Amino acid sequence: MAAVAVTKPGMLTTVQDLGRWGYQQSGVPVAGPMDPYSHRLANRLVGNPDDAATLEATVVGPDVRFEDGATFAVAGAEFPLTLDGAAIRPNAAYYAGPGSELRFGVRRRGARAYLAVAGGFDVPPLLGSRATSLVSAMGPFGGRLLRAGDRLPIGDARGGPGPGAEEPLPLVLPSGGAQIRVIWGPQADAFTEEARRVFTTARFEVTVQSNRMGYRLDGPRLAHVRTADILSEATPIGSLQVPASGQPILLMADRQTTGGYPKIATVITADLPTAGQLAPGDWIAFAPCSLAEARRALVALEERLGDVGS
Amino acid sequence: MSDVTLRPAGDAAWFIELEDRLDEAVNDRAIAIGRAVCAAGLPGVRDVVTGYRSVAVHVDPLRADATLEEALARLASEVTVATGQDAAIVRVPVCYGGELGPDLPEVAAFAGCSEDEVIALHCGRTYRVYMVGFVPGFPYMGTVDPRIAMPRRESPRVRVPALSVGIAGGQTGIYPTSTPGGWRLIGRAAVRPFDAARTPPCLFEPGTRVRFVPIGADELARLEGQP
Repeated sequence: MAAVAVTKPGMLTTVQDLGRWGYQQSGVPVAGPMDPYSHRLANRLVGNPDDAATLEATVVGPDVRFEDGATFAVAGAEFPLTLDGAAIRPNAAYYAGPGSELRFGVRRRGARAYLAVAGGFDVPPLLGSRATSLVSAMGPFGGRLLRAGDRLPIGDARGGPGPGAEEPLPLVLPSGGAQIRVIWGPQADAFTEEARRVFTTARFEVTVQSNRMGYRLDGPRLAHVRTADILSEATPIGSLQVPASGQPILLMADRQTTGGYPKIATVITADLPTAGQLAPGDWIAFAPCSLAEARRALVALEERLGDVGS
Repeated sequence: MSDVTLRPAGDAAWFIELEDRLDEAVNDRAIAIGRAVCAAGLPGVRDVVTGYRSVAVHVDPLRADATLEEALARLASEVTVATGQDAAIVRVPVCYGGELGPDLPEVAAFAGCSEDEVIALHCGRTYRVYMVGFVPGFPYMGTVDPRIAMPRRESPRVRVPALSVGIAGGQTGIYPTSTPGGWRLIGRAAVRPFDAARTPPCLFEPGTRVRFVPIGADELARLEGQP
């Protein structure tokens, strides 16, 4: 079977598909790409379905060797990509001949890039998904980071261009920080009026204590009205939970399924890809919006990806 | 009923919230609503997670109907609640104390009784699984006898061995894998709460009734040796 070999693993490279849905009731994290938009874009550029497995590279990308010829594309964060030493563009499909080497280098903008190969990475699925959950050590390679020497089999390409009716456009990458839209709650009323005001006016910093589970944010303290404990409940993607310290944590792809801290607000689906492109040191500001605005923003993003009126 | 509140958590989840208290009847109702939502097969629903007093419905916002909120409210108000009293009981053999339950002496000191009495109190009740979370397969069970309901450690252990049985206030649980954790460890279970190769992978779901059974070290070794 055709395969791609990892020659240098980069900082944090994992296999991801759209996530391990359906088992959160048993405590199984969803995982999946931090920037689902760019994961899907990379897949579409090579004619894959959206849920085909890609490699997610983080800040320092990997070097890989194509053991056999394959069509590939890289989307998401901007890296100085080279194929056999020649510079190549992101967001475009290329053919790599047998033995070709793809190098990522150190990112220029954004935090995470996605490498898709035509046919997808055909690693064995676990509970219906090829996503890597580092926190629960589930998924391909025992749910760990990729290492030098790992070989990733490539599935059968279905051929032909992506399904988009229009040329898909890349995500607008954040530069140093981003404004992110949120919907208040589910526990906004657990916070003081002052805390809610500060939450929407201050800038927070993504700290180094951030990973695929979530971003610990540094900024003004958000005070609870009474207590920082709630009866444990589900923690949806994009939740901003606030423990007793008053410093919010933005829950991302590999979050735990449940938690016992109040959640002041939740990032809208359309802005999760941008949030996934933030790195430690970047700022983040929150803008409340309505459910109707969230839906409009998502439709606009889907149009950008080439899904028109589907 | 009027005491059900629907709240959005962003545009990709809804919370169906019940009364804000730790109560078996409230949890029974959450479990019944969670099952009804699963059974309804509403478009776009991709996960249903029952908590102590809430049900989270995770949706794909591109696939969910505009009528989802209404449908969830209707399901929540129409659901019939089973009490769970006739649910099957899962028996969990536990080897208590010693190296496998390093906090048993502290819990005995807290309770002002012997270690054997702590074991008898822990095994003397049928627990309910209120919810599963934290890590794959971790059952949050209650309610433990108030005499042994010792609060969690001030500073969590960096590594709790897999299958440790712990107490945290009125709750008791089993660590399915080795993780950091602050619960008071009193023994080692001879069952695996989660196994991805098993169908279903998780031994527990909200509403499962659980009884602990004390076993000796040789019995634990024998059970662990079984496939």
